[in-house]
Amino acid sequence: MNIYVAGVATTKFGELWDVSPRMLAREAVTGALSDAGLSVGDVDALFVGNMLSGLLGRQEHLGAFFAEELGMKTPAFKVEGACASGGLALHNAINSILAGQYATVLVLGVEKMTDHKPEDVATALMGAGSDEERAAGATFPGLYALLARVHMEEYGTTEEEMASVAVKNHEHAHLNPNAQFQNLLTVEHVMRSSKITDPLKLLDCSPISDGASAIIVTGDKRPFGQTQGRQETGKNAIRIVASAVATDTLGLAQRKSLTELRATREAADRAYAQAGLGPDDIDVSEVHDCFTIAEIFALEDLGFFRKGSAAAQITRGSVSLGQSKRLVVNPSGGLKGCGHPVGATGVKQVVELTEQLRGTAGKRQVPRARVALAHNVGGSGATAVVHILKR
Amino acid sequence: MVGIVSYGTYIPNYRIRVADIARAWKKDPTEVTRSLGVEEKAAPAVDEDAVTIALEAALRCLQVSKGKPSDIDALFVGSESHPYAVNPTSTIVGELLGVGNDYLAVDLEFACKAATAGMQAIAGLLESRAISYGLTIGADTAQSKPHDVLEYTSAAAGAAYLMGRDALVARLVAYTSFSSDTPDFWRRDGIRYPSHAGRFTGEPAYFAHTAGAARRLFEKAGCQPDDIDYCVFHMPNGKFPREIARRLGFSGEKLAPSLTVTSLGNPYSASMLVGLAAVLDIAKPNARIFAVSYGSGAGSDAFLFETTAALPKVQNAQRKTKNSVQQQMEKKTYIDYVQYLKQTHKI
Repeated sequence: MNIYVAGVATTKFGELWDVSPRMLAREAVTGALSDAGLSVGDVDALFVGNMLSGLLGRQEHLGAFFAEELGMKTPAFKVEGACASGGLALHNAINSILAGQYATVLVLGVEKMTDHKPEDVATALMGAGSDEERAAGATFPGLYALLARVHMEEYGTTEEEMASVAVKNHEHAHLNPNAQFQNLLTVEHVMRSSKITDPLKLLDCSPISDGASAIIVTGDKRPFGQTQGRQETGKNAIRIVASAVATDTLGLAQRKSLTELRATREAADRAYAQAGLGPDDIDVSEVHDCFTIAEIFALEDLGFFRKGSAAAQITRGSVSLGQSKRLVVNPSGGLKGCGHPVGATGVKQVVELTEQLRGTAGKRQVPRARVALAHNVGGSGATAVVHILKR
Repeated sequence: MVGIVSYGTYIPNYRIRVADIARAWKKDPTEVTRSLGVEEKAAPAVDEDAVTIALEAALRCLQVSKGKPSDIDALFVGSESHPYAVNPTSTIVGELLGVGNDYLAVDLEFACKAATAGMQAIAGLLESRAISYGLTIGADTAQSKPHDVLEYTSAAAGAAYLMGRDALVARLVAYTSFSSDTPDFWRRDGIRYPSHAGRFTGEPAYFAHTAGAARRLFEKAGCQPDDIDYCVFHMPNGKFPREIARRLGFSGEKLAPSLTVTSLGNPYSASMLVGLAAVLDIAKPNARIFAVSYGSGAGSDAFLFETTAALPKVQNAQRKTKNSVQQQMEKKTYIDYVQYLKQTHKI
């Protein structure tokens, strides 16, 4: 599969109360077009990754909504898959190119959450849950707390080890000017933060965020980025070499195992097969750490570490910038540190990895990164999307 | 020069510990009190409302001054909990005080800054010599929905300020106001409890407006924090006033005397005015007091006062009648959560 990343951009993530979804989209898309050296007329289609525009923004015609804002008359689609909406939008964009339908496609991930009351946002997010879980009054922190509890009992994972995920991701976010959080944490900070759903505490949870990210993907081998002085032709271009999606049950109760997210494992297996690569080949990865326990699950389900061992490895610094000799995880700060505007997250992950592979990630640059993996999850693991990029 | 002739406050006798509310909802009491910076709050008796509280504060204000009720030319009451949507609080209070009929009665509504808006309006009427004395009162039995985070802080209290041109205990040196359409906290007509937009009530709301009015006042009065002896801010919780004081460059010592929120909670329209009274209770003559209110929706009124040699006499009278803010805060009866629900007509 030869899909090229022509241009990328992201807005700052955070509590962006003075900007609208339109402004977020325009900033991200303008940046990506500029990065690619393209104009809006060069784009054949728009895929928008978004989860909550209907429930929170009362806007259910999002493809046309953003096409209008961006001055596009091309086909435009909204793709939804809870917090995996961004990754799914990219997957569909890639498929449209592989099908020969379009040559160059714009993928926009966008979410505006902080304009709404926290309880309304929490209720809207549960739109991604199963009927039984919603009827029982469960929330996603509650569901991930259940997963955490099982993992703790099965493998002896500790709350301090989970806290170390947040500590690492804030260290990385501290180096990312677009991250929502710029502050450093200690394990003690996390342990002393307010309890949300035992054993998860406030600082184990990713925040409610606003933000947008955009990627232009193409099957065309024309040179891109010449206006930026880059010559991303041939072997120097960033390629997406795998794009895989897997689906599991919406609810936790129907699953055979609660110590893995099967969808992550299956999407990863397919992606590795597509790319002809394995977990040992990955230099840098953005994984879906909506809660600290989710990063531990991800590193095991993606095959980076054997089951039950990731928490200790993270605590040891094995995937931290400046310490890791093999793999760095969530250099952007992840969902925990960089923020989690849900529809934008899956797109932002690929923006970050593109910058890492280009070598333009600044202070958070992973040295000698050549192969990268993005892992985006919807709900409590009902949808998983894995992309592998290569320079 | 116009300013404060006299002041009076009323804090209901009842207190509920924030920890007891937290326990009722299975929250960690230590965590809640620490994060809000509030230990307990004042609750109204079952027969108290904004009218009775406003009246009590006004009676105490007049008690410590030489002023007669009939001297009052304007009576403004600011509240979020006026008992009637139509039927003014101000006329009931005026009638019970014995003001007579030759006065301007006004009910004000602007979230927690309604009464300080009244203070500015009365200052204008005094400066234009349209009136000789005006009374502005902030009084609330602050509403909050059970289990909402507001429940930990929403409190009951009142503060009344008699303003005039002579025999001032504090001169009003300068004042400013800062307003915008910022929907951080609201309650529609007929709806029992207010709604709020969570963290949006912080930076773009409380902090932006309080700082906006404060910075304009620094410019207008040509002063800076070093020139000020005491600062007072609206106190929705224990954290916000400390943070805005820090950002504006005030030391903790200049803020501390006004921090009634720790043991009183947030009596909405009365919050900043009770804090100001706590400072007036202890300030020496020629002290400069920098006070900024905040009302959701949103706006802030900022005031620079300078106390006079007449203040100690009023301070003594407050103490003698056991009506200083400190004395009222110490006189209390604790109630449990169920009793609190009864007294606030929730069950």
